[in-house]
Amino acid sequence: MGNGLVVPAIVTVTLATLAIGFYGLRLARTTSDFLVASRAVSPTWNAAAIGGEYLSAASFLGIAGLILKYGVDVLWYPVGFAAGYLALLLFVAAPLRRSGAFTLPDFCEVRLGSRRLRTLATVFVIFIGWLYLVPQLQGAGLTLATLAGAPYPVGALLVAAVVTANVALGGMRAVTFVQAFQYWLKLTALAVPAIFLVLQWQADGRPAVTPPDGPAFRTATTVVVEHRAALTFADGTVRQVRPGDELTFAAGDPVPEVSGVADGADWLLPSAAGDDDRGLFATYSLILATFLGTMGLPHVLVRFYTNPDGAAARRTTLVVLGLVGVFYLLPTLYGVLGRIYTPQLLVTGQTDAVVVLLPGAALGDGTTGRLLAALVAAGAFAAFLSTSSGLLTSVAGVVSTDVLRRGSVRGFRLATVIAGAVPTLLALHVSGLDVSQVVGLAFAVAASSFCPLLVLGIWWRGLTDLGAAAGVLVGGGAAIGAVLVTVLGPPLSGWPATLIAQPAAWTVPLAFTVMVAASMATRHRTPADVGATMLRLHAPEALRL
Amino acid sequence: MTADDRVPAPRAPQPRPRTRVVLAEVSRRDDRADRTRAELAQQTRVGDALVRGLVRAQLSLALRLSLVVLVGLGGLPWLFAIAPAVGRVTVFGANLPWLLLAVASFPFLIVVGWAYVRLAERNEQDFTDLVQRPEH
Repeated sequence: MGNGLVVPAIVTVTLATLAIGFYGLRLARTTSDFLVASRAVSPTWNAAAIGGEYLSAASFLGIAGLILKYGVDVLWYPVGFAAGYLALLLFVAAPLRRSGAFTLPDFCEVRLGSRRLRTLATVFVIFIGWLYLVPQLQGAGLTLATLAGAPYPVGALLVAAVVTANVALGGMRAVTFVQAFQYWLKLTALAVPAIFLVLQWQADGRPAVTPPDGPAFRTATTVVVEHRAALTFADGTVRQVRPGDELTFAAGDPVPEVSGVADGADWLLPSAAGDDDRGLFATYSLILATFLGTMGLPHVLVRFYTNPDGAAARRTTLVVLGLVGVFYLLPTLYGVLGRIYTPQLLVTGQTDAVVVLLPGAALGDGTTGRLLAALVAAGAFAAFLSTSSGLLTSVAGVVSTDVLRRGSVRGFRLATVIAGAVPTLLALHVSGLDVSQVVGLAFAVAASSFCPLLVLGIWWRGLTDLGAAAGVLVGGGAAIGAVLVTVLGPPLSGWPATLIAQPAAWTVPLAFTVMVAASMATRHRTPADVGATMLRLHAPEALRL
Repeated sequence: MTADDRVPAPRAPQPRPRTRVVLAEVSRRDDRADRTRAELAQQTRVGDALVRGLVRAQLSLALRLSLVVLVGLGGLPWLFAIAPAVGRVTVFGANLPWLLLAVASFPFLIVVGWAYVRLAERNEQDFTDLVQRPEH
């Protein structure tokens, strides 16, 4: 773990981020530059920036960790994260750009003309933004602790400080350049080591991922347990372990079965009907949350206002779909190879660390292994920095316009500091949350609040302000309730646990139903200018109406 | 020779009136297009019907393509659940669900997205043509 190259790599990424941000600062002059980069960013730059912003700690570290732990059923995370852009393209991209709104609360006001709905949307933007920021900062703390032995708060504070300074000083113009750079960095940081890992796997004689007699340790390994679990050893003995316990395994020893971790056929094969209906429900819930949640994420939406017109917004989204699709081919490879080279993570419970530990574990402590480990660490930091920048920009945007009600650059800077401080404090105090689980919940909240608001607002004339507010409050409120129970509540089991841990399958239909029913009940409140709004959202710009 | 002389004679005066007619048509078409734009902007019944048609066309396109994804991807967990044998099929040494989800799903999504962009732009082109055509 004492890899001397990791810290220089992280410092380089951080400095490069600041330098590109500073370059952008010289170009950012007006408030419009700060918020939407003066709407003059080309589709390719914009698409790379959206990709860079979107691929978060959950994508870079979390997916591989989940695949290592649970296997085929969680492949829906990368598929859903990519498919979310298709839903965005199909239902939202061009009309949203044509609406001319800057933020989600703006859209509420443009479409429904209600100040109170605008306030409600502001609350949800801030909640989703903070919910999504916490795991990014946690991922940073975890990575620095794993690779460089730094205390957990160092990584979290470092990322929070760099991102707050960068957003406050450069605004979005700078962020666009930073994000585009970070997409390519993240792709390289996973792709190059992946090539070496596959070659190493070939050289090792292609060891089986699921050998018939279970996974085994390749080298003598000492494991320090970090999460409470029950281990079942090959001879059938069961041992309860708690954080801090040390276990030693010799090379060739079988890996004990860990409670809560998928094994053998469970890992390799999808859940079957009958014996695992809850698994099937959770899968569909996850699909719904990720497919529909992307369009409701505030930091994703704010990017669409930087396209010059609706057609460009569509083309940008298609390029993003391609870029994230290419990226998501890689985490699966890390999760699968982690099964062979880092089985100890299943015992320690630190599966989120598989991406950063795998190069060292598979390629050894030679120069190649250390260089690649440093590259992966740099990519991971790029992921934390870029997603946090995007989230902070959008949260600070709504805080400065809707809470502080100041449109000036100084107001935006003040808002950035406020918006950054809260999740930093939260991240320092809750370190036991699972990165991907929290991100999944943020998607579920977005899918149950902003997704119905956007889809119905864009395509259905009958939506009213009261209907929209009711749907957001009931659907989004139910999803937020599920988040709070998951994070703060007692451990559950059986169906309640599934319904709370993966709420989207019931909260999304609930939100749509309430929104439609309440709108029909308050039909007299349909905005008088709905026809003009529809024309603006859907008519091509070529007509110059 | 006399026949040749006679043939161009009636043609000769044609170009001038023809040019005038074309010019008149162009100016009239612009006039109509402006009127259609005004109808759109002022929400007359005609303009409203035009916009409703465009929205309906775009929405049905989006819904049809989501149905393709719903069946193509959303059907997979259900398929694996009712026919576990499908999950055990291996191609190139990897189980079919892994290949379908981890590899094949991304090109599939991109192809659907590409088709949408093309068809949605065609819908918009049709709408533009309709507005700018002399008679609708």
